[in-house]
Amino acid sequence: MAADAQSLTDMQIARYEKEEDPRQHLMFDPRPREEMNRMVLEAMQTTTPRYWITVGILGLLVALLLFGAWGNMILNGIGLAGVRPPIYWGIFIVTFVFWIGISHAGTFVSAILRVFKAEFRRPFTRAAELMTTFGLAAGALYPLIHLGRVWVFYWMMPYPNARWLWPNFRSALVWDFLAITTYLLSSTIYLYLPLIPDLAMARDRTEGWRHYFYMVLSLGWRGTEAEWLRLRKAIGIFAFAIIPVMFSVHTIVSWDFAATQVAGWSSTIFGPYFIVGAILSGVSAVITILFVLRSTMKNMKYFIRPEHFNALGKLVLVFSMSWAYFFFNEYLLHWYGGYKVVRDLLMHHATGPAAWIWYTMLICNVAIPWLTLWNKKIRSNPTAMFVITLLINVGMFAERYTIIPLTLGYQRFPFNWGQYTPRLTEISIVLGTFCLFIFLYMVVSRLIPLVPVWEVQEGQHAHTLRKVGKSEVPSVTELD
Amino acid sequence: MANTENTGKWGMVIDTDRCTGCMACVTACAMENNIPWTGEEEAGYGRGMHWIRVQRLWHGEYPEVKPEFTPTMCQQCGHAPCEPVCPVFATVHSEAEQINLQVYNRCVGTRYCGNNCPYTARTFNFFDHEFPTPMDFYLNPDVTVRRRGVMEKCTFCVQRIHKGQEKARAEGRPVKDGEIVPACAQACPADAIVFGDMSDSESQVSQIARSERRYQLLPELGTEPRVTYLKGGGYYGG
Repeated sequence: MAADAQSLTDMQIARYEKEEDPRQHLMFDPRPREEMNRMVLEAMQTTTPRYWITVGILGLLVALLLFGAWGNMILNGIGLAGVRPPIYWGIFIVTFVFWIGISHAGTFVSAILRVFKAEFRRPFTRAAELMTTFGLAAGALYPLIHLGRVWVFYWMMPYPNARWLWPNFRSALVWDFLAITTYLLSSTIYLYLPLIPDLAMARDRTEGWRHYFYMVLSLGWRGTEAEWLRLRKAIGIFAFAIIPVMFSVHTIVSWDFAATQVAGWSSTIFGPYFIVGAILSGVSAVITILFVLRSTMKNMKYFIRPEHFNALGKLVLVFSMSWAYFFFNEYLLHWYGGYKVVRDLLMHHATGPAAWIWYTMLICNVAIPWLTLWNKKIRSNPTAMFVITLLINVGMFAERYTIIPLTLGYQRFPFNWGQYTPRLTEISIVLGTFCLFIFLYMVVSRLIPLVPVWEVQEGQHAHTLRKVGKSEVPSVTELD
Repeated sequence: MANTENTGKWGMVIDTDRCTGCMACVTACAMENNIPWTGEEEAGYGRGMHWIRVQRLWHGEYPEVKPEFTPTMCQQCGHAPCEPVCPVFATVHSEAEQINLQVYNRCVGTRYCGNNCPYTARTFNFFDHEFPTPMDFYLNPDVTVRRRGVMEKCTFCVQRIHKGQEKARAEGRPVKDGEIVPACAQACPADAIVFGDMSDSESQVSQIARSERRYQLLPELGTEPRVTYLKGGGYYGG
């Protein structure tokens, strides 16, 4: 029966779209509260054998590819990775920057859209915030993985010790460490706050271990007026406060490069350039994941609709254009600056033996989104958006690859110019963190309500269809 | 105990017109400083460990070619790009000798300094390298044997500087010019490498460094290298 209801929803939404009925928007297509609660709980509690097999395989891959290969590398030496002088940073740092970029999605989608009261954000804020947390969890491993002596990693932290030795606060790596820890902490709190009412909802409607689990996590939430007031205030403060944190994180990641004298890295534009790239890849990853959630989880087709792909698609297009602007700027100013080393380097990116990476970057980040995303039909097609956003993230990976190992390989002494090839250990660890991210996401998708039910319901209360004469007119009430 | 004799600003002059590219300096440096052999495969991949390397560049069109050899090592910059980037102060400026030193036991292996060195003078221990018997009898007891995961680089043979200073202090006299010689300068058959106290304007190294053939590597970066190169005069073989 549930399956019938599911396909009925699909057909209905499709019909609404064809008729340009406002009910194609989630906000104008309300369902009774209890039914919606049930839908979310059902999505959370339904596990198929296919789900368990996938989770099992992913867990195995994480153990093998990530922790197995890493452990082996710790035992034998960082030399198992392919880095070599003068290319001391390779695909580990590339993937590190990639994951930190992905982690910008949650905050951007959730906090900025919340502050600007973009109503379409409501059903997927949590899905995006989870990406932030897990993206950071996957990314934060790399500064450890790439260390030559990981067993003394804590020397990079400021902690009291007998020798009164501090870390070097002039080093961008220490800023990086502090920024990422701050972001991880604050984004986890920001994920948790709007989760409390939904956990309480789940607590009241479950039994057994789940009941106890939600009872502990929901902190005794009863839904009184005073509780709502404080929760809204806290979310409001966090939404504003986390935005500068988000901007600072990728700026500081970019300073790992910009604060050096390496030709091609030492650039004042790197801060905003990295942020725009991070948001481009982050928002794209949100779309990718929404497609997966929509096609694998129950009842998600009601919450995640073509309108959301359409709205996020516009964002991706805007950020693809901003990214292209910064990219162009970078080339223009270096050309104008006329420093031979950098000019030769940029020529090498475009014409050297690894130029295919450079072209992949431009095709995926600029050509593909510009050629497709102007079209509403394509933007509203979840499958097409899945493919496009996946390609954008391939492009962003290529961008970071160009910036890191390919730049280090062509520095001021042609004597040791060259490239580096990632080795099996590196590739295995990189794949391992991708598995880790998906694994964590899949496990948590069955543990917490992935759709913020109360936010959707709040939005639906504010959106009504009013009869004016014979026609129905959408009307929106201003909240707060 | 503040010793005035410890405040020398050590410097080096390398005459590239004299350098024959014989690599004696590379060998002597490896023997003096316990630099491991990384093996054929690793060295072929670009991970051979040398604190000094001889950069060979060709001038002219074949068959009218002339080689140019530039022995390159850590330039002991006054404004060293490697120092501010290390998160744990493993690469530090020594006040007494005015050179950059690597604290091997403090290094965690971020390799950030290696990226930021414009002279790419740093080498990294990617693995634990063995010194097979009887090679381990060559190990210099004055120099730490490094383990895997740490960065290392030329120290201007700081152990020889200290030994020279101690000897002079024991004999109650200042260090004589030319008394302290790093391994590369000692081994150079063409006397292309001269080492000494730059703060003493009468020392041999100061006098040669004032030559009009002088130049420095990448001066536009403002790193204030302590190594001066000479080029453009007479041409000796090669």
